[in-house]
Amino acid sequence: MKWFRTVSKIVLYLLLFVVSITMLMPFYWMVRSSFSQAKDILKYPPKFWLREPTIEGYKDLFKLVPFGRYMFNSIFIAGVVTICNLFFCSLAGYAFAKHKFPFQNFIFAFLLASMMVPWQVNLIPGYLIAKNLGWLDTYWALIIPYIAGVFGVFLMRQLIRGIPNDLIDAARIDGCGHFRIYRLIILPEIRPALATLGIFEFLHMWNMFVWPLIIIMNRNELRTLPLALAVMNAETYGSRIISLMAGATLATMPIVILFLMFQRMFIKGIAFTGMKE
Amino acid sequence: MGKIKVSEQQKYKHLFKKRPLYKRILSSWLSYLFIAPILIIFIWWWVIPFITSLGLSFCRYDIFNPPKFVGLKNFKTVFTNPVFWVAMKNTAIYTGVTVSIGVTLSLSLAVLLDQKIRFRNFFRTVYFLPSVTSAIAISVVWRWIYSPNKYGLLNYFLSFAKIKPLNWLGELNLILPSVMMMAIWGGIGYGMVIFLAGLQGISNSLYEAAEIDGANAFKRFWHITLPLLRPTTLFIVVWSIINGFQVFEQMYIMVRSIESIGGPLNAGLVVVAHLYEQGFERLRMGYASAVAYVLFAVIFTITIINFTLLKPKD
Repeated sequence: MKWFRTVSKIVLYLLLFVVSITMLMPFYWMVRSSFSQAKDILKYPPKFWLREPTIEGYKDLFKLVPFGRYMFNSIFIAGVVTICNLFFCSLAGYAFAKHKFPFQNFIFAFLLASMMVPWQVNLIPGYLIAKNLGWLDTYWALIIPYIAGVFGVFLMRQLIRGIPNDLIDAARIDGCGHFRIYRLIILPEIRPALATLGIFEFLHMWNMFVWPLIIIMNRNELRTLPLALAVMNAETYGSRIISLMAGATLATMPIVILFLMFQRMFIKGIAFTGMKE
Repeated sequence: MGKIKVSEQQKYKHLFKKRPLYKRILSSWLSYLFIAPILIIFIWWWVIPFITSLGLSFCRYDIFNPPKFVGLKNFKTVFTNPVFWVAMKNTAIYTGVTVSIGVTLSLSLAVLLDQKIRFRNFFRTVYFLPSVTSAIAISVVWRWIYSPNKYGLLNYFLSFAKIKPLNWLGELNLILPSVMMMAIWGGIGYGMVIFLAGLQGISNSLYEAAEIDGANAFKRFWHITLPLLRPTTLFIVVWSIINGFQVFEQMYIMVRSIESIGGPLNAGLVVVAHLYEQGFERLRMGYASAVAYVLFAVIFTITIINFTLLKPKD
């Protein structure tokens, strides 16, 4: 039976390895194409390893469109939304977890119920609200609707509930107000959860597409990265593919690096979404 | 004894009595302040749009003229519009195929990785990578990989097997499968991570006991792993179906052509793309709202059915 074990182990690793190659190949191809020279991109057969990589594609990209501005837009919007979410969601999560006030459960159930409704239902009225506020083609419309989210409140409430009440009671007896308790006891306790939520929000905002698509119509310099890629994609032909791949690489890499750095928190957060009560 | 207690309670009644509601509300002002931001955003950008959307679905509205009430006409149009049915059919096929294959693959990978394996973290990271990348960027790259001529990477690979270059995103029968293939590639990592978390919750002693009783690996999987993973499976299936029905970005990048958002002969038209086109390109906002509510109803129904079918037995 020993040979059987060995063979199945080899088959297992081979399988996992082949799947890995499949998962990585598109990423590799994207990076490879972004560094290839114009004369090489349509060569047949395609080369897997570039002899002479060049950054011409990236230079063209920045000449073609204000790509630096697009990157700033994405970082700015995702950053502001993330920070606001961390604050507002932890505050509300604390109130829902540790306070008692009338209609508390009703409000919370109401918030949770909204997660059942697909966002497309609110797309058109959302657009109309933004239009009436004069927020079309502004950062406001891309930021304000997202500064506090139901998912974040839910996550925070679940985790803050685990903090022992004794701790909070002791602080109350010592004369701490609610806000000081939040700042001095709750926040330090939920730091890992805040990191998870932060990464989640950042990722969500960085990759968001449909809302910017309908909000940013005329002021092209306000496009976010996915929107810019989509527009470039529609206009791409021939050797422009190199700059397109350069754009895709620049839109992907920050998140991939973030993911590799904070992997454990990503995975924890994902696992949490799967274990809702 | 009992009598004394009752009289005691009577004596201190004023202490047990609940204060009136308005007083309790006033004294909890700080709690309300804490939840105020989420409540304001929620009402402003969720409750009001939700109701407006319902109202709009009974109106004709094109932004320029004030909405005009038309009763159920929009819903009638939705259900009699052949284009909507094409979109619904494509979306259902897309969802059915990606969810069934995707969940099976996710589970298989999770079971394989839930052993003592070297480089486990490496594999997990790699499989999960597409899940953190934007659907737009991924679609842009895959569109390049799917290039119809011999330069396309996929066609190049196929040439080793002596298969002639295929027009992946141009041929009617290939459009949907091409996008589905990419979607499965991009989605298995997410399901796998959740399955792995679920597998970690199953205690080893169960497997050991089964092994002593002579159950082979397959039997252990069938009689222990699968039943205990039921809640996890339910979550992933429901989550994937909800996501499948909302597919849009992939189609917007890979399928959209100058003539139509659904590609040649609407072979790649999905419900959200139909909604987007009708609402924002043709400005038929009443009709688009009706489509959104129909989509909501479909997702809701499927979720309920899944919950009743896959509910954990206890």
